[in-house]
Amino acid sequence: MEFDVVELSRLQFALTALYHFLFVPLTLGLSIIVAIMETVYVMTGRPIWRQMTKFWGSLFGINFVLGVATGVTMEFQFGMNWAYYSHYVGDVFGAPLALEGMMAFFLEATFVGLFFFGWDKLSRVQHLVVAWLVAIGSNFSALWILIANGWMQNPVGAEFNPMTMRMEMTNFFEVIFNEVAQAKFVHTVSAGYVTASIFVLGVSSWYLLKGRHVELARRSITIASSFGLASALSVVVLGDESGYDAGMNQKMKLAAIEAMWETEPAPASFTLVGIPDQEARETHYAIHVPYVMGLIGTRSLDTEIPGIEQLVEEAEERVRSGLIAYDALMTIQAEREKTSDTVKATFEEHSDDLGYAFLLLRYLDDPRQATDAQIAQAAEDTVPTVWPLFWGFRIMVGLGFSFIAVLGYFFYRASFKGMQFPRWALRLAVVVIPAPWIAAEMGWIVAEFGRQPWTVDGILPTAMSVSNLSAGQLLLTIAGFSLFYSVLFIVEMGLMLKYIRKGPVQDEEITDKWMEKHSHRLRTHDGNVPGATPAE
Amino acid sequence: MILHELIDFGTLRVIWWALLGVLLIGFAMTDGFDMGTGALLPFVARNDTERRVVINTVGPVWEGNQVWFILGGGAIFAAWPPLYAISFSGFYMAMFIVLAAFIVRPVAFKYRSKRQSSTWRSVWDWALFAGGAVPALIFGVAVGNVLRGVPFRLNDFLMPTYEGSFFGLLNPFALLVGLTSLAMLTMHGAAWINLKTEGLIQSRARRFGTRAGVVAMAGYALAGLWLTMMPGYHFTHAVAVDGPSNPLFNGVAHGGSWLAAYADRPWIIVAPIMGFVGMAMALRGLQSGGEATTLLWSKLGILGVISSVGLTMFPFILPSSVDPDSSLTVWDSSSSHMTLFIMLVAAVFFMPIILAYTAWVYKVLWGKVTEEQIKTSGETLY
Repeated sequence: MEFDVVELSRLQFALTALYHFLFVPLTLGLSIIVAIMETVYVMTGRPIWRQMTKFWGSLFGINFVLGVATGVTMEFQFGMNWAYYSHYVGDVFGAPLALEGMMAFFLEATFVGLFFFGWDKLSRVQHLVVAWLVAIGSNFSALWILIANGWMQNPVGAEFNPMTMRMEMTNFFEVIFNEVAQAKFVHTVSAGYVTASIFVLGVSSWYLLKGRHVELARRSITIASSFGLASALSVVVLGDESGYDAGMNQKMKLAAIEAMWETEPAPASFTLVGIPDQEARETHYAIHVPYVMGLIGTRSLDTEIPGIEQLVEEAEERVRSGLIAYDALMTIQAEREKTSDTVKATFEEHSDDLGYAFLLLRYLDDPRQATDAQIAQAAEDTVPTVWPLFWGFRIMVGLGFSFIAVLGYFFYRASFKGMQFPRWALRLAVVVIPAPWIAAEMGWIVAEFGRQPWTVDGILPTAMSVSNLSAGQLLLTIAGFSLFYSVLFIVEMGLMLKYIRKGPVQDEEITDKWMEKHSHRLRTHDGNVPGATPAE
Repeated sequence: MILHELIDFGTLRVIWWALLGVLLIGFAMTDGFDMGTGALLPFVARNDTERRVVINTVGPVWEGNQVWFILGGGAIFAAWPPLYAISFSGFYMAMFIVLAAFIVRPVAFKYRSKRQSSTWRSVWDWALFAGGAVPALIFGVAVGNVLRGVPFRLNDFLMPTYEGSFFGLLNPFALLVGLTSLAMLTMHGAAWINLKTEGLIQSRARRFGTRAGVVAMAGYALAGLWLTMMPGYHFTHAVAVDGPSNPLFNGVAHGGSWLAAYADRPWIIVAPIMGFVGMAMALRGLQSGGEATTLLWSKLGILGVISSVGLTMFPFILPSSVDPDSSLTVWDSSSSHMTLFIMLVAAVFFMPIILAYTAWVYKVLWGKVTEEQIKTSGETLY
C-alpha cells in the first residue's frame, strides 16, 4: 500500500488539532465561570462560593493541563510537518503565534500555578485577581491563534516577495483586524463558554438527581444557565457573521457547505437536508427553505451567491493568470536584480494568482508545460469534498440551537421557578454533556476541511506545504501520537470522573467561622437556628 | 507604514539574533531547573513524601517556565522562519521525542498525586525523570550538530531537503555536547533543590549536583578543545547585512575554525569565562551551603555557556554541511524588516511586564518546601 506524505501530514494535523480542541473549549469557558464564582465569593464572603470555586477549579486544572500539553504539539508541528508552509508564510503567520506566547501563554501559565497553590499565600482580592488573569490569558490565547488562523482563511495585509520566495507582511493592522479573525474569535470563545456551561449544568444536574451537594449544584446551575444562554445566543449570531464573511471571502467554502452546485437566482434557498453527490454534482432528496441562504450569505435579496461550477470556471481563469506570474517569477529568479521592469510589472499584475499555478505542481514539475486538461483538473481540485462540510455544518448548527433550548429552559426554571428542576430535565442535562464537544469538532472540520485544497486560501496549496519527510517517519509519529493521546485521554477521563464522584471538599474551619459570625442572620422566623444548610 | 524604518534592517536582525539567545537562555535558566529537578528525582528522593517535596519545589512554577520553550518556538517561527522550518523538520524524530517529553511532563506533575496507588505514582515519577533528562540531552545534541553543520539543502523555491538520519545526529561530538547540556541542567536543578528544600534531600542534591557540575565543566572544556580541530564555516564573499532574506544569495565555505571568531572579536572571550566562573562558583556554593547565590551563579554559568555558542558562530545560525551555500545566517534568514520591527515593539512592551509578574509570583512562593507541609497539605499540593 502506497502512503502519501501530504495525506499523512494532514491526518496527523487533524488528529492532533481535533484532540487539542477537546480541552480548549472547556478551558476557555470554565476559567471564566470559576472566576465569576470567585468574584461572588469575594463580594459576599460566603464559604459555599469558595467551595464552588475550588471544586470547579480542580476540574478545570485536570482539563487545563492536557490543553497545555497538547498545545505544545500544535506550536511545533508547523515546523516539523509543514516546513514549506512555515517558510512561505512564517513572516505573517509566525507573528501572532509569538504574540500569543508573550501576551497569553505567559499570563495564564504563570498565574495558574498560583491559582492552585496560592490560596494560603494571597489575600482574597489578590487570589481573585489571579483567577481573572488566568481566564484573561486563556481567552487572549484564543484571540491570537484565531488571528493566525483567520489569515489562513482570508490572507490580507501581505504580499509575495519574489526575492525571498515567500509572503511578507505589508500591513499588520489588516492582519489583526481581519474581519474573518474577529468573527471567528468571538464565535469560538462563545462556543467555549457554552461547552463549559453545559458541562457545569450537566455535572450539577447529576448531583441533583443523586440528591448530593444540592446547594453547590443549584448555584452552579444558576451561573451556568445564565452565562451559557448569553453565550449560546452569541455563538449563533457570530456564526452567522462567519457565514457572511465566508460569503465575501471564501465563496467555495460557502458553496460546498451548501452543496450548491450551480448558481441560483438571488436570493438563494437554503438546503435543510439532502444527500450531496460529488460525482453527479447534485444533491439528492434535498429539502429547500427559500430565501434563507441568500440572506445569510449576502444579507440582501438581490445578490447572487456563486455555485460550485461557476467557481471552478473562475478558478481556471486564475490558474491561467497564475501561470503568467509563474513564468515571470522564473525570469526574476534567474536574473535577480537585473530583471527588466516589464517582467516585474507582469509579475505584479498576476502575482495574486500565483498560488493557482502551484496547484499544477501535483501533476508536473514545470506548470508552464501544463496541458488544457491538466489546467482544468487543477481548477477542479479547488472543490473540497462536499459531504463532510454539508453534514458537519448541519450537525453543528442543529446542536447550537439545541443548546439555546436547554440553557434557556434551565435559565427560566432557575430564575422564575425557584430553582426547581423536573427530573427529566436533569437527566437530559446529563445526557447532553458531550454534545458541545461534537459541535466544536464539527466547527473545526467545517472551517479547516472547507479551506482545502489550500493551507492559505488562494495562496499556497496544501500539497506544496509539507516537509520533506518519508511516509515511514510520519506513520511512526502518527502511531506514537495516537497511542500517547489515547492513554492520556483514558487517564484524564478517569480522573475527571473520580473527582466528580468525590464532589466538593468542604472547608470545615472556614465554614464554622463564617457560621459563627453570621448565625444571628441565619435564624428563621420562629427563632430556631437552621443547622441543615450551612453557610449558604 | 514606514515607522519600521526607524531601525535599519541589519540592526534589527542583530537584535533578533540576541533576543533569540535571550529566549533560549531564559528557557535554560527557568525550565532548565525543572528539567534538572526531574533528572535528579530518583537520586535525591527515596520515598513518596520526599518525592512529593521535590516535585512541589517546581509544582507551582513549571507551567510558566515551560512557556519560555513555547515562546522560543513561536519567536523562531516569527523572526527566523527558515530556521524554524529546516531545523524542526530536519531533526524530525528528535523533535518528536522532545515533544513527547513536553507532553508527558505537565501531565505527570498534575496527575501524579491524584491517586494513592504506588504503581500509578511510580509510573509518573519515571515520566518526570525522562521528561526532564531526555530533552536536556537532546537540546545539547542538537547544538552539537548545529556546530558541525546540518545536512540540508535548499532549492530555488527555498524548499528544504534534509539528507541526514536520526542516528546520524548521534555522533561523538554531538553526544559530548548533549552530555554537557544534561550535566549543566542537572547541576542547575540541584542548585534549585538546594534552595527550596532542607535536610537529607538538600544534602543529596548538593552531592549529586557537585558531580554533575564537574561533568559539565569537563564536558564544556573538552568540547572547546574539540572545536580547535573541527572545521567551521565562513563567508566566501562579503554580504549585505540588509539584503533580502534569501540564503542562496550568499557564498559560504566549510573550513577554517569556529574559534577564528575569537581573533576577530576578542571581547567574546567574556562568554566562556562567564561559563566557567559561573559553574565553578555554583560548585563551590553547593559545597559550602550557599543557597540563593548558588542558583544565581549557576544561572550565570548557563548564560556564559549558551551565549558562547551563539557568539562563536555569529553570524551563522544553521550551517549546511552538504551544501554550505544553503547555510542560514543572521543576514539572510530573518523575517522581513516590518515583521521584525513589530515583533520588537511587542517584545519591548511585554517582556518587562512578563518579567515583573514572574518575579512577583516567585516572591509569593518564596521559602522552602518541607515534609511537614506535604504531610498536612492534603490535596492542595501535588
